[in-house]
Amino acid sequence: MSLDVAAVKADFPLLAREVHGTPIVYLDSGATSQKPRAVLDAMNRYYETINANVHRGAYHIAELATIASEDARRTVARFIGAGDEHELVFTKNATEAINLVAHSWGRTNLTEGDVVLLSLLEHHANIVPWHQLAEERGIEVRWIPLTDDGCLDLTDLDHLLDGVKLVAVTAVSNVTGAIPPVRQLADAAHAVGALCLVDGSQYVPHLATDVTELGCDFLAFTGHKMCGPTGIGMLWGRRELLDAMPPFLGGGEMILDVRRDGFTPNVVPWRFEAGTPPIAEMIGIGAAVDYLEGLGMDAVRKHEVSLTDYALRTLGDRFGDDLLIHGPTDTTHRGGILSMCLRDIHAHDLSQVLDQHGVCVRAGHHCAKPLMRELGVTSTSRASLYLYNDESDIDALGDALDEAARFFDF
Amino acid sequence: MPGLEDLYREVILDHYRNPRNRGELETPPALMAEGFNPLCGDEVKVYVQLDGDTITDVRISGQGCSISQSSASMMTTVVIGRTIDEARGTLRSFKQMMSIHEHGLDGQDSALDGSTEVPSGLGDLEALRGVVKFPVRIKCATLGWNTFDQALAEADS
Repeated sequence: MSLDVAAVKADFPLLAREVHGTPIVYLDSGATSQKPRAVLDAMNRYYETINANVHRGAYHIAELATIASEDARRTVARFIGAGDEHELVFTKNATEAINLVAHSWGRTNLTEGDVVLLSLLEHHANIVPWHQLAEERGIEVRWIPLTDDGCLDLTDLDHLLDGVKLVAVTAVSNVTGAIPPVRQLADAAHAVGALCLVDGSQYVPHLATDVTELGCDFLAFTGHKMCGPTGIGMLWGRRELLDAMPPFLGGGEMILDVRRDGFTPNVVPWRFEAGTPPIAEMIGIGAAVDYLEGLGMDAVRKHEVSLTDYALRTLGDRFGDDLLIHGPTDTTHRGGILSMCLRDIHAHDLSQVLDQHGVCVRAGHHCAKPLMRELGVTSTSRASLYLYNDESDIDALGDALDEAARFFDF
Repeated sequence: MPGLEDLYREVILDHYRNPRNRGELETPPALMAEGFNPLCGDEVKVYVQLDGDTITDVRISGQGCSISQSSASMMTTVVIGRTIDEARGTLRSFKQMMSIHEHGLDGQDSALDGSTEVPSGLGDLEALRGVVKFPVRIKCATLGWNTFDQALAEADS
C-alpha cells in the first residue's frame, strides 16, 4: 500500500494556510508534526461531550471520559507492540519520560562508579538527566563515538560496556537522521547485565515500532511529533521493572492510600501519573495512532525513504559541494532528517530567508550540542520530512535555498 | 509584512563580511566575558581593555549569524575610546531600541513608523532597528552587547 500524499495533506488543516503570501512548506516535523483533523475533532469531542475528571466520578460522563482515556492507553500500547497496556505510562513529553527513569530507576539502582553509556547522537533530554545523576551520585557518563559518516562506532563496544548499568540511546538522530543498531546495543547491554533505554522520539512517529523487536527495556517517545497534541509523552517499560520502581511525582491518582504517617503508592502505570492526567491529550494521541494505523506505518516509512532519496539526489544535483547535508547517505539507515549547511551562510540567516518563501525549517543546535561539536558546527538548518510532505516541498526548499544563495551573494 | 531588506541592511552585511576589531586580547590585563545564545548555539567572547575609565580597545571572537556578528562589530566601533559610563549609556540606548517591540507577529507595528521616539546617537547601529520586526533575532543583536556588559561588570568587582 502506498501513501496518497495529496489526500494525506488535505487531512491537515494547517497545511492549507499561507505565510508571507505564499503556501506554507512545512519541513519541521522533527520539532513538532502538524495535526490531522481527526485528532483535533477527537479532542474537541471530549471537551464538548464528555469532559469530566477520570478515575473519580461515578456519573455517566466521568465513566465515559475514563473509558476513552484508558482506551487510548490500550491503543498506543498496541501500536508499539506492548503486550500489557499497564506498561505504558503517560508523561508530559519524552523528556519527562526519560527523567522518570533517571529519577525513579536511576536513584534506586545506580551508585557511585556505575556507568551510563550514551551515544554522541543524543538529544539533551537523554544527556542532562544522566549528568544530574553524575553530579548527585557520582555515576559515570560514557560516550559511544561516531564514525566519519555520523553513525555509531561500535568497534570498541565490549570495552565501552565495562561497568555499564544502562545503555541509553536514540533510535533516530534528530540531527543527522542516523538510525543506530538499537537491537544490537540492547543485546550487548543485556549480555553484561545492563538495561537499555531507547529514545524513540524520532522513531515511533516514522517507523513501525515493536518493543520486543527493539529488545529494549524502556522506550520514551512523545505525542506531538506523531500527529498528536503537545503536552503528552509516553514511557513504555517492562512490567517487572516498572513494578519495582518507586513513584516519581507525588499527589493524587498515584496513591492507593494516604495516612498521617505515610502513603501506599498505586499500581503501575498510575503510580507514575500524579495529579489529573492530560485527558484530552490522551484521547488525542489515541486518535493520532488510529490515524497513523489507518495509513499503515510501513507505507509511511516507504514514502519517507523515497522522499529522502529524492531530496538528497535533487539537492545534491542543484547545489553540489555548496550544500553540505550531514548524516548517512544510505536512506535505508536514516530517517527523513536533513541537517544542511549552505556554504558559510549561518543557519539563522538561512532559515530567515527560507521563511520569507514560506519554508519552515529549524535553525540551531537542535538540543544536541555534543553532536554539533563532533560535527564541527555550532548550528545547522534542519529540514525534517513527514507523511504529508511531497516532492513539491523539496523543490520549494531548493528554490528557497537558491534565493538565499543569491541574497547572500555568491 | 516586513521584508528581508528590513533586516539585512547593507551596512549590516558589510560589518558581517568585514567584521571590525575581531580577535583576542591578553587577559589580564584585558577583561573578558563569554556569551551564549542558547537558541542557536552561537558563542561570542568579548575582550575589553581599559585605561582607567576609558575603553581603549575591544575585540570580538566566536561565531554567530550576520545579525549577532555585525551588531558586535558595530558595537566595537562605537565604544572604543569612550568612557565606561558613556559606553553603558550607548548600551542602554541600544537595548531600548531593541525592546520597542510592542507589535504583533504580523508586522503591525506602531513603534516603528516614527510615532514612538527611537533613541538617537546610535549612528550605524540604527540599521539594526529593523531587527525588532523579527523578534527571534533580537537575542542575536543583543548577544555581543550583553556580553560586553558582563565584561565591564568585571571592572566593578
